[in-house]
Amino acid sequence: MVVDEQQVWRALEEIPDPEIPVVSLVDLGVIRSVDVREGHVRIEFTPTFLGCPALEVMKSALEARVAELGAEPEVEVVTDDSWSTDRITPAGREKLREAGFAPPAPREASAPKLVQLRSNVFRCPYCGSTETRLENIFGPTPCRSLRYCESCRQPFEQFKTI
Amino acid sequence: MSPTDALLGIADDELVLGWRESEWTGIAPLLEEDVAFSSIAQNEIGHARALYQLLSEDADALAFDRPPGEYRCAPLVELRLLDWAHTIARRWLYETADEIRLGALKDDPDPEVAGLAAKIDREEAYHRMHAEMWHERLRDEPRFREAVEELWPYAVGLLPEQLRAELAARTGLDLPGDTVLRGKERGSHTDELAELWGEMTMVRRSAPAGAQW
Repeated sequence: MVVDEQQVWRALEEIPDPEIPVVSLVDLGVIRSVDVREGHVRIEFTPTFLGCPALEVMKSALEARVAELGAEPEVEVVTDDSWSTDRITPAGREKLREAGFAPPAPREASAPKLVQLRSNVFRCPYCGSTETRLENIFGPTPCRSLRYCESCRQPFEQFKTI
Repeated sequence: MSPTDALLGIADDELVLGWRESEWTGIAPLLEEDVAFSSIAQNEIGHARALYQLLSEDADALAFDRPPGEYRCAPLVELRLLDWAHTIARRWLYETADEIRLGALKDDPDPEVAGLAAKIDREEAYHRMHAEMWHERLRDEPRFREAVEELWPYAVGLLPEQLRAELAARTGLDLPGDTVLRGKERGSHTDELAELWGEMTMVRRSAPAGAQW
């Protein structure tokens, strides 16, 4: 069976993120490129956080999905600065918000500072209020912070911008 | 020091410090800090892994198969710190120093090294914010000031000489003399490393064929 690039992308769209299964790996923007050549599929995969324990799971899920298409997978992990939370697709951001995760703020030229985390506007994914405060820079996974909404009194998880 | 040695030093710092920070999981003074230290530890070990992967085909072998004397980590990260003031003092000093060396590494002529440094720096920004928050809170406490004073020479010993003036400028502390630095600079090891190494490599040594779970 001969696979084409579009088929591979469609197949990868079905792989859920291991920790936040409402979004797919394609929604997350971690697939940088797909290159199909004579039954050989080469995928460039850009990790989110380097310490994320789901990285190995994501990599093997990519390999398994390509193999299911009858092609030979090759997943190259690219650990440069090319993945950013800006790479999460608009559809992915919407799915995150619906599941109660506030999508990340856009990346700026320099890394974020504490003062921004305290003073910038972060919107509650439940009621839309901007009356929210930082509870903890860290959360259940490296990619999330904890905030609290003063309006609907609901704690929520805020995606970190990287 | 060769560029490879320098990278190995940073990787070993991150691995060993990650291990030390994880010792607070479950017993930190606040639940939020259990979460924060677990996340920080996880990130630091992830950075170590990415750096080891740049240096070797077998990151685990590089991380766990060397005898303690061959590790390139600085004494600062080896110390087993059992009180919160010292733990936060080390966090603040380490992150301040780490930002300086990552800044230099982002300009590395090797694009793979520069790219990885840029990625690590984006993640470390959150460690720096956490350290800054605690520094704001504790800086006037005598116990914290004493801890900073005690660990300061170790923090200086983390960086190569050409980056130390910048660290002094950012922390507002004076660079110590050679006598004070003795035994606290990279190249020396504390007695605590061997004990940590024993624990850290235990699983690997008990299953030489490779552990699977």
